[in-house]
Amino acid sequence: MKNIFLFIRRYFYLLSFLLLEVFCIVLLSNASKSHQTFFASAANEITGRVDKRYNNLRSYFSLQETNRMLALENTRLKNLLASNFAEINNGKKYEIDSLIKDSLGYFRKYTFLPAKVVGNTYTLQTNFLMLERGEAQGVKKGMAVTGPQGIVGVVVETTANYSKVMSLLHRNSKVSAMLKKDNNTGSLEWDGSDPNYLTLRNVTKGAKVSKGDTIITSNYSANFPSQMMIGTVATISAESSSNFYTLKIKTATNFFSVQYVYLIENARFAEQVQLETQPVKSP
Amino acid sequence: MSNLLKNIIRFFIFILFQVFILNEVPPLHQFIVPYLYFLFILWLPFSINRLALLLISFAFGLSLDYFTGTPGLHAAPCVIIAYLRPFLLNLLIPQETIEQTYLEPGPKSMGWAPYGLYIGIFTFIHHFFLVLIEWLQFGNFGYFIGKVLGTTAISLFMIFLAEMLFTRIGKYRANKT
Repeated sequence: MKNIFLFIRRYFYLLSFLLLEVFCIVLLSNASKSHQTFFASAANEITGRVDKRYNNLRSYFSLQETNRMLALENTRLKNLLASNFAEINNGKKYEIDSLIKDSLGYFRKYTFLPAKVVGNTYTLQTNFLMLERGEAQGVKKGMAVTGPQGIVGVVVETTANYSKVMSLLHRNSKVSAMLKKDNNTGSLEWDGSDPNYLTLRNVTKGAKVSKGDTIITSNYSANFPSQMMIGTVATISAESSSNFYTLKIKTATNFFSVQYVYLIENARFAEQVQLETQPVKSP
Repeated sequence: MSNLLKNIIRFFIFILFQVFILNEVPPLHQFIVPYLYFLFILWLPFSINRLALLLISFAFGLSLDYFTGTPGLHAAPCVIIAYLRPFLLNLLIPQETIEQTYLEPGPKSMGWAPYGLYIGIFTFIHHFFLVLIEWLQFGNFGYFIGKVLGTTAISLFMIFLAEMLFTRIGKYRANKT
């Protein structure tokens, strides 16, 4: 017993050093997997407040750019208004038999929710955005986030008034994407080297890809609606050892200046994820 | 100004400067993030208790981590340099003369050559472990070495600038009592 105390006294600093170091590693490994610790969400509320102050100041510098993007989006939306489309007047009378198609059978699957970005990193290996919208405003974990130009990321953590979004520029981020041209899907990741480019893996060599092709979200994703803009193909590399292309994608979203985003809620998200993660019972 | 107050103010300034200015700098090349915050630990007084040094560095690293959303990532290298600091200081400076007369490490109290060595070694250790911890998750080796050396060079340059801009008065311990 005495020897143990002597040992602890002798190596007290080394032991406390090792203890703190192990604590750091445990914190880090927990954080990158689950993002669920109470400690983290309490700290988020504080850093979120500081980020908000700072962002209030910063937003003045990018007002012009934000205005331009909002105006662009407004014009795009106005072009979609039903009043823009006039009926073709050719004297014929169309009758639509409403009984064939059940017009009451539609339901709203995706709901959009605007949010202001109050924190954003793009220089690290694991980048997050902070949004000023939380559980109180209806944000849930797993909701997709898109900007005016293209998709941005997925919500991983929420507090009452803030939420944290895992950016596409995160080494654990994974989104199912496809080519707009022929619907060949692949898995969208980030290699951590350049915030302007993402990597699209596992695109079959049967796909006819060329530079500049548009990449959109696929139908296979639980949180993203299909056919949302992601980016354009910048370089194509064929892996000789496998049957797949690896594509470099120039992101449509400019992650350096993202100001406002939309949160997308899928009404059937929980149901779909539950079935996806449920282990298959062997027959 | 009291030494404690001065260090508390430094704590906040280094954190805010790192988070809101240096982390916002667009990447220079292949993800060289300019790091300066750990200079806070290197500037702590000679006479600080070793356990206190470890705990302060841990808290310092962790508070930066909560801004970047990666708890533990910066705290780990901070604790390593805090643990190694007393050993290297003992090697680099003659015991009786300086440690008793000067308050904290600096080019005035240690001389440019030993101070440069002290800063250089710890900057390298800090970046080595910082990138290593990231690298344990993903990455490749050439990228690893390149990133450590590039980031070290940028950091050393900025520390040199900081020393030139804010000449700390090499305060004598005797004056303070």
